[in-house]
Amino acid sequence: MNNRGGNLDAIIWEIRLPRAFVAVFAGAGLALAGSATQVSVRNPLASPFTLGISSAAGFGAALAIVLGAGGFIHTYLGGILVLSHFPLIISSFSFSLLATLITIFLAKLKGAAPETIILTGIAMSFLFSAATSFMQYFGTTEQVASIVFWLFGSLSKASWDGFWTIFLVFVAASIPLYRWSYRYNALLIDDEVAKSLGVNPETLRLTSMILSSLVTATIVSFLGVIGFVCLVSPHITRMIIGSDNKYLFPASALVGANILVLSDVVSRTLLPPIILPVGIITSFLGVPLLLYLILKKKRHWY
Amino acid sequence: MAGLRIENLSFSYGRRKILENVSLEAPKGKILCLLGPNGVGKSTLLKCLAGIIRPNSGRMILDGRDLKEVGIKDLSKLVGYVPQNIGPVFSTTVFEVILTSRLPYFNWSPGRADIEKTEGIIKRLGMEKLAFRYTNEISGGEWQKVVLAMALVKEPSLLLLDEPTSNLDLKHQVDVMGIIRELVKNKNLIAIITTHDINLASKYADVVALMKNGSVYAVGEPRCILNEKIIQEVYDVKVEVIRCASLFVSPV
Repeated sequence: MNNRGGNLDAIIWEIRLPRAFVAVFAGAGLALAGSATQVSVRNPLASPFTLGISSAAGFGAALAIVLGAGGFIHTYLGGILVLSHFPLIISSFSFSLLATLITIFLAKLKGAAPETIILTGIAMSFLFSAATSFMQYFGTTEQVASIVFWLFGSLSKASWDGFWTIFLVFVAASIPLYRWSYRYNALLIDDEVAKSLGVNPETLRLTSMILSSLVTATIVSFLGVIGFVCLVSPHITRMIIGSDNKYLFPASALVGANILVLSDVVSRTLLPPIILPVGIITSFLGVPLLLYLILKKKRHWY
Repeated sequence: MAGLRIENLSFSYGRRKILENVSLEAPKGKILCLLGPNGVGKSTLLKCLAGIIRPNSGRMILDGRDLKEVGIKDLSKLVGYVPQNIGPVFSTTVFEVILTSRLPYFNWSPGRADIEKTEGIIKRLGMEKLAFRYTNEISGGEWQKVVLAMALVKEPSLLLLDEPTSNLDLKHQVDVMGIIRELVKNKNLIAIITTHDINLASKYADVVALMKNGSVYAVGEPRCILNEKIIQEVYDVKVEVIRCASLFVSPV
């Protein structure tokens, strides 16, 4: 790095590029996880978030913040600066997976019916939200502010480490999910039909839950809760190209990536120099698009 | 023996016995209609044969192989199963839905042969005009044909249809049953069809099996066993059987 281009290099390579790359793959990963979850539990309202992952991740982060894991320094302005994000990431990741495993374990006891998975997921979601509120109630003002800021979800924490982790998990999960796209088509018709086509519905459902939770937990633990993308990208895609999963999975990943990148650009340019949390912008941008498609399309899309 | 032989098949949901020592033979190239009152175990029997549920005891032998020993993927090539009342749930084309049913034959995505077989079955069932319509835009009768096509495109040797004509008007009933009869004869398939329509069974079935209390009560040609006495014993309804070109069973 020479002196002339030093600052520019640093801005591009260490701040802008990792942020853009993380946005692309986080958006794609969230959308893919959303599609896989909706398809495998046959419910258009399901997403890894409704199955309790976001609130469990939130609880994990809150716990790490309140316990002071990773170390803090108090800034002159009265805030706190987290020295190492690593314990926080590990904690929120572990709790997201814990929520998923509890959901899957309970569902497995009852034969992995879609309704059981959804209800258990919702129960997990409420449990961890309550636990997070509990943390906030007893936390100091700075800790509460820190928790709230984390819950917004933001790309400002993006780094190359984060990018590589998210990228690898995304690739690892998307290969089997894409390979099974015809099995998901069969599963969408009916459990018995799937079984008569040589697909074990229970195994497929649980495996895809694990894969989509893994992707979501990775993204959420690095960036915080970025809602909306995983619920709505699949719907937007379905309205445009139909619900054949062979096309839905890749296309919805593309839609998710675009929503998140665009939201990031908007979040940085809307009220400069303030950078708004991207989790807020995704909803502001995505809702009008979704409503437009709902009103314009007459066909049932699910 | 070429054909399907069911020997002493029993199945129970927990303590509730559904099937008790069902023994039945279904020959090749013939349609066997399963009749009997609601809850007698007709659908359960089909589910056992399709590998959806596992019988507690007994054997199901298809061309010398016990279906219980066949793996889920091989079984799905042998058996074409159409459950009751499945509705179109997602928007994709009729062609893609039928193509999905070739699943046991491909891994990543369907090949040329799968696409050709799908085209073939669509022509055979006269559904060319439907092929690129969306499944949630077609009528109930058309959907029932799509489901039948899904079972046929796998080229199974055993066809299990659970009330394939329950949602159909008279024209579509005759249409669908005619297609099934023709395919069963030409391709030498075994077909087991459940129905509540005794008249339809008497017209299209080569063999009729009446079930009562979880076992087979009477088997034989429709003309021989669909009489007032047996129908009253099985359904607990007094009927009059009128014999014309085919039988006509009318409650009295």
